[in-house]
Amino acid sequence: MNNDLIRLSAAELGAAIRAGQTSAVEATRAYLDRIAAVDGDVNAFLHVDDEVALEQARAVDARIAAGEETGPLAGVPVAHKDVFTTKDMPTTAASKILEGWRPPYDATVTERLRDAGLVILGKTNMDEFAMGSSTENSAYGPTRNPWDLDRIPGGSSGGSSAAVAAFEAPLATGTDTGGSIRQPAAVCGLVGAKPTYGGSSRYGLIAFASSLDTPGPFARNVLDAALLHEAFSGHDPRDSTSIDAPVPPVVEAARRADVAGLRIGIVREFSGEGYQAGVLQRFNEAVELLESMGAKVVEVSCPSFTTALPAYYLIAPSECSSNLARFDAMRYGLRVGDDGTRSAEEVMSLTRAEGFGPEVKRRIILGTYALSSGYYDAYYGSAQQVRTLIKRDFDAAFEHVDVLVSPTTPTTAFPLGERTDDPMAMYLADLCTIPTNLAGNAALSVPCGLAPEDGLPVGLQIMAPALADDRTYRVGAAVEAALRDAWGGELLAKNAYAV
Amino acid sequence: MAYDDALAKYEPVLGLETHVELGTRSKMFCSCATTFGAEPNTQVCPVCLALPGSLPVVNGTALESAIRLGLALNCSIASWCRFARKNYFYPDMPKNYQISQYDEPLCFDGHLDVVVDTPEGPREFRVEIERVHMEEDTGKTAHLGGATGRIHGAEYSIVDYNRAGIPLLEIVTKPIEHTGELAPLVARAYVTELRDLVRALGISDVRMEEGSLRCDVNVSLMPRGATEWGTRSETKNVNSLRSVERAVRYEIQRHAAVLDSGGRVVQETRHFQENTGGTVAGRSKEEAQDYRYFPDPDLVPVAPSAEWVEELRAGLPELPAAQRRRIKAEWNLSDEELRDLVNADAIGLVAATVDAGAPPAEARKWWLNELSRRATESEVELAALSITPAQVARVVELVAEGSLTNKLARQVIDGVLAGEGGPDEVVEARGLKVVNDDSALGAAVDQAIADNPDVAEKVRGGKIAAAGALVGAVMKATRGQADAGRARALILERLGVQG
Ligand SMILES: [Zn+2]
Repeated sequence: MNNDLIRLSAAELGAAIRAGQTSAVEATRAYLDRIAAVDGDVNAFLHVDDEVALEQARAVDARIAAGEETGPLAGVPVAHKDVFTTKDMPTTAASKILEGWRPPYDATVTERLRDAGLVILGKTNMDEFAMGSSTENSAYGPTRNPWDLDRIPGGSSGGSSAAVAAFEAPLATGTDTGGSIRQPAAVCGLVGAKPTYGGSSRYGLIAFASSLDTPGPFARNVLDAALLHEAFSGHDPRDSTSIDAPVPPVVEAARRADVAGLRIGIVREFSGEGYQAGVLQRFNEAVELLESMGAKVVEVSCPSFTTALPAYYLIAPSECSSNLARFDAMRYGLRVGDDGTRSAEEVMSLTRAEGFGPEVKRRIILGTYALSSGYYDAYYGSAQQVRTLIKRDFDAAFEHVDVLVSPTTPTTAFPLGERTDDPMAMYLADLCTIPTNLAGNAALSVPCGLAPEDGLPVGLQIMAPALADDRTYRVGAAVEAALRDAWGGELLAKNAYAV
Repeated sequence: MAYDDALAKYEPVLGLETHVELGTRSKMFCSCATTFGAEPNTQVCPVCLALPGSLPVVNGTALESAIRLGLALNCSIASWCRFARKNYFYPDMPKNYQISQYDEPLCFDGHLDVVVDTPEGPREFRVEIERVHMEEDTGKTAHLGGATGRIHGAEYSIVDYNRAGIPLLEIVTKPIEHTGELAPLVARAYVTELRDLVRALGISDVRMEEGSLRCDVNVSLMPRGATEWGTRSETKNVNSLRSVERAVRYEIQRHAAVLDSGGRVVQETRHFQENTGGTVAGRSKEEAQDYRYFPDPDLVPVAPSAEWVEELRAGLPELPAAQRRRIKAEWNLSDEELRDLVNADAIGLVAATVDAGAPPAEARKWWLNELSRRATESEVELAALSITPAQVARVVELVAEGSLTNKLARQVIDGVLAGEGGPDEVVEARGLKVVNDDSALGAAVDQAIADNPDVAEKVRGGKIAAAGALVGAVMKATRGQADAGRARALILERLGVQG
């Protein structure tokens, strides 16, 4: 196993490959070996095919050898959330209903990873159809947190966060619908970004809640996250909600890493009861750090943020109830009970009963109810109004500050099984991240230390207006640089699976 | 109940919902082709098969067609509207929701004036248009193995998704009142006028036999003098002009019989039976589904600019009603002559033939007589005959210049309809040119006189009627290709007699 290669950041690894000091194949082999060694413990991957990964790596090496203009991440391996379609690998969204499905097409994000020369190592575990905050809702077993194997890695992109935290990949993709990148990044001690809605394409992303789903990057550091963000983002004519504007200058911002003169707002509503003491302590220290670096910090009130969670749990299930209707056994995926005696309706019904897990069913039922005639205005309609109020709160706040900050999650990683029987407790994990999804703006989570009481990572969330993603990277990089000096290296080096 | 008795007691109220399949080259939300009659499931892609992750993108040409039809129907055009999802499970609908429009139609509040023939002369009715909206078609299911071809009793069903996603416009009328016994004719005239409008706009060629225009006919009755409408029935998929008329007539009689016997009309969906002209009950509205409409989050709102709408308005072609008025005046037609043209569906064809150079009277004569007869014989619409207005104009021209007799012209038309080429090619290939070259004709005349000295003598003696026998001999010698009038003149000239 080549730990020297694995220890390199994605940016360093890409540079080494470009300089001919190593190759995409060598890097890919190193990571495949690492996966073989530790994924039995972590269960970050649903699918890894060494030969398919190496084939991609050989192709990238050939492109580099042919003198092709390749980007900074050419040859760098990446773990890909199993919610994105891939022509050469199965895509299941961690659901039984799609077991073994091989898509005939690549998602736009997949296509752009390939174009940028990234090598897809495999597909990562997740909560079924991205519904959850712990990856315990996967039909293929939970993923474990490398900091403590008895704890959750966050969700829904928990396979991706665990893979990067366990050094099974230098980079990973995720999707963030209510916090599904930022929350796992926070509880695994990583950087994770939720780009502006429409800034990264949803084409080929198996939909959970269409108006909220946003592909984004995971990395061990801010610059790597920015490089991956830049590699797969930007306008896509196949996604009508994609924004036709240049990708915000996130890489430049990550390199700039200064906050002098920046106005930073602390969201008053995100503290107090329900927040772990150690989380608030590390958050407050991070804010003081920013102030000491020349940022101007003020407290800001966003009163409607307290109603974000219930609004989210009406909008997301409503959209999912319709999005998941296509899983009907007719054209692909699982088919149950088709023995020649049953009608199509019966086969659909049996298939959906067996193919979907309990949380998915819960949300389909919730959403079906919320959209029903007679209830629509009270539920879906009111939730949309709340959404407007949340946007207004953000707009008002951003008139006075450049970014808003909060803890990414109210607590550190909780033990596996602790909240599986209590959906409300599980939903609270996304309390701080949901407003950004409802408003469609940009946010990033960056590690800000370990909670003293449990020694687990705490995330700092930085929120910016739509298409101002670069601000979140600028602040995140500044915090990272200052803390790295204080820690004497990466926070991640302290985890049990560090190499 | 007899129709006249029904009308003596009850007043009908009609409503028509018409679906027009647009003639765009690609589907409503993907780039698949729309060719009719292609091999099943060959015009499909991830989007129209609803593969996980795929997303719709609006077809700009379909949007333009919808606005143009709205303008032609005197509608207001929404400056902002959204697509909505209509949720219900059916195997031929890949997403298990249909992308349609709900409470925000693209076009609304228009009208279409139609003319109905009555014994007292033509009478105009104004049909108010409620809305015109865009949606997508479903696939087609065939039920096989059973005796009836219907879903009950079938052994299995197969689905062709080629039609799934073909753009549809739905045109909905407001309730049509005060038509009395003319209700069936008004319904038919409305659908006919709408069809002609669609054709004039060039947005669909409207082949009703291929299902590219389908009608749902709503009928209710109220006692004469009453002001409150009765319960309506909705007869689905009435697919020809004649069937529209029959369906309305049948439903009026059926409702009247139910009401007369003290019964209650059930609000339900009914199916029209082509063979009997009757309707049979389908799904009852009491158990109708809740479609859970909500704005489609995958699509951005449609917001046609006022400038674009005005540009489209300015670019509208001459519409059928205006064309009729102009043609009536320009060709100096009586009401009856115009009516014959309209009833034969020939007005556009005749106008195009006139545009191609034929005199209006000749153009009318050929289309209304010879060609209408051919269409009836082969049971196709006049417009479906494989001869173009330009070709008809050429035939008229050949007759006018004396190159063809009417009889030969009919043979030329045979040839064109048989696919032997244009009129000139058929004349050439079949050797149909009139012998009007005087030297050739003169030789035949001389020969006839020489062969029939007795007859020639009679003619010289003043018995001019006897010349007919000589003309017959000339025609026989020229195998019918001589101009009989010219031959007769030559015979009389040769024999020194004044004709
Ligand atoms: Zn398609």
